[in-house]
Amino acid sequence: MIIPRKETRILVQGITGKQGTFWTERMQEYGATVVGGVNPKKAGTEHCGVPVHASAVDAQKDTGFDATLLFIPPLGVKAAALDAIEGGAKMILCLTEHVPVHDVMYVMAAAKEAGTRVVGPNTAGGVTVGETFMGFMPAFNERIFKKGTVGVLSRSGSLGTLMCQNIVTAGYGQTAFVGIGGDPVIGTTTRDALEALDNFPGTEAVVMVGEIGGAMEEDAAEYAKTMKKPVIAFIAGGAAPPGKKMGHAGAIVMGDKGTYASKKTALEAAGVNVLSTPVHVGDALNEAFK
Amino acid sequence: MNFEEYAAKPLLAQSGIKVPQSILVYHADAAGEAAAKLGGCVVKAQVPTGKRGKAGGIKLADTPDEAKAHAEAILGMTIGIHTVEKVLIEEKSDIRREYYAAVLNDPVSKGPMVMFSTEGGMDIEEIAAETPEKLKTHAVDIRKGFSLEDANTLLSGVDLEGAEAGVADTLVKLYDAYMVNDAELLEINPLIVTGDGSVVALDCKFTLDDSAIKRQEELAKNGAPEKLTELEARGESAGIKYIELDGDVCVLANGAGLTMTTMDVVRHHGGAPANFCEIGGEAYTKARFALEMVLAKPGIKSLVVNFCGAFARCDVMMEGLLGAWEELKPDIPVFFSIAGTGDEEAIRMLKDKLNMDPLPNMSAACKAAVDAAKGGA
Repeated sequence: MIIPRKETRILVQGITGKQGTFWTERMQEYGATVVGGVNPKKAGTEHCGVPVHASAVDAQKDTGFDATLLFIPPLGVKAAALDAIEGGAKMILCLTEHVPVHDVMYVMAAAKEAGTRVVGPNTAGGVTVGETFMGFMPAFNERIFKKGTVGVLSRSGSLGTLMCQNIVTAGYGQTAFVGIGGDPVIGTTTRDALEALDNFPGTEAVVMVGEIGGAMEEDAAEYAKTMKKPVIAFIAGGAAPPGKKMGHAGAIVMGDKGTYASKKTALEAAGVNVLSTPVHVGDALNEAFK
Repeated sequence: MNFEEYAAKPLLAQSGIKVPQSILVYHADAAGEAAAKLGGCVVKAQVPTGKRGKAGGIKLADTPDEAKAHAEAILGMTIGIHTVEKVLIEEKSDIRREYYAAVLNDPVSKGPMVMFSTEGGMDIEEIAAETPEKLKTHAVDIRKGFSLEDANTLLSGVDLEGAEAGVADTLVKLYDAYMVNDAELLEINPLIVTGDGSVVALDCKFTLDDSAIKRQEELAKNGAPEKLTELEARGESAGIKYIELDGDVCVLANGAGLTMTTMDVVRHHGGAPANFCEIGGEAYTKARFALEMVLAKPGIKSLVVNFCGAFARCDVMMEGLLGAWEELKPDIPVFFSIAGTGDEEAIRMLKDKLNMDPLPNMSAACKAAVDAAKGGA
């Protein structure tokens, strides 16, 4: 599972913190099925109207959760994610930035063995428009998210939000938004998200928001070649100087690897419409749906 | 965080890998004295970048006088963007073969990757491009580790002329050093076999995972700090990512992706960004300081503020910005684009305080800022 549904039973690890509380309330208002939270120090209490558990393993017995959302500080992520895997999570969505990469790789190895999907870390989350959302996305803002037929995926939360706004401004709407995260090692790649959106009911086109660095967009281009639906892409960082990390740990050009040109070439060869600015997405969708 | 050779090699030694004897010096006289102790030696510039040899930063010396003369020439030399301030005086090695070995974080297998090639001495991009068939790789399950058996499997079919056992042992120790030190990359290039059959790490590149610095504080003290401008250093100490660029259109936005894109769109409209400054993540409450940062650069002509709230709330960012406005009184034209979480409140605050409206989208805001910069030139 990469895209949660309305009936997806969501656990929030770190629910009692300031951000955990604020965003859990937003998710509940939107209609997300939040079934419980985790904070070992507050086990047995209630928060945001749901029971707080000592661990995800404990929570599983009472809640039967499917997916878990991590509001956990960087050095606590490994233990929290392993707890979630042991607790039978089908999906872990990790928002945390600056998780040590060795910890991420440990979680990935355990998740792979257990068949758990990891999204992130360092993502703003995902929105299934009109159904549910997980993370800190402005799902409730109608100028940004509106039910429609475009699937959107992004490494960046802020840029993904901007792209969604441009899509709505142009008169379209989305099926789902998948934020995959800006770290160099992440659980769900551009290609994974593209495939999930391609197969998601109601999606008629996909908008992909990438960044310089790594080779995920090139890899996703291979999948795009096989798709019947139109794919539109924007790659951030064309004006970035090489050798500098542009905020995201994964967004760095080393030598001729991870460049804007390499990604644009690969995507265009796969028939993807690569935009010069995010504002052009409206024209591209008009063209795609002509 | 990158480490220079002199700081990286002891990490290999701690895991049991042989490294040549060496002495770090800051003056040519000290280089001569070090060479007198070591005998025939190599004088090596210490800068956190590759291509030192090609730049003339690595020289052989047979006598202390020669070592001193080389050190004199190398100290103060510029390699890439770095000025050489120290040199490593290292005993000369009897090189029979040069190999390549590394362990790195691999985004494709999502685990550690051990790499080995018999074509050492050149950089890995060249090895991968020119002799990919000689590059052996092994994807590791980080929970299980990398055993001697794994190393032997990796090396099977490779003729190492009798050094097989020594190289396999070194790979296991290299993996250990990679794990202990939270490496993003730990590379030995070249890994040499000497005349008497010893396996020795002649050079080492180590990059510490920046996200692991908080649990590797002692280690991080030995790293080479990134070369920052005065403004960049100020940004870093305040927890704001600020990168100084050549242009005159200032960029202030939230989130890495959005900030990069704002730069791209400024460029698209024919302008040149003056900086990358992002206040996403936890930094979104620091808009006030960020405004001060972007305005501090000399020669700027306009500013585009691009807020697109997801986690970061537009109203909180705008509050910080407007709080600084009175004090800083920007004397360049400023153009806003505002959307996302808290946008209506932020737009209202902008209207109330400055009687300004945002532009309809970021492209319009960037174009207006570029036009203003050109008009004022």
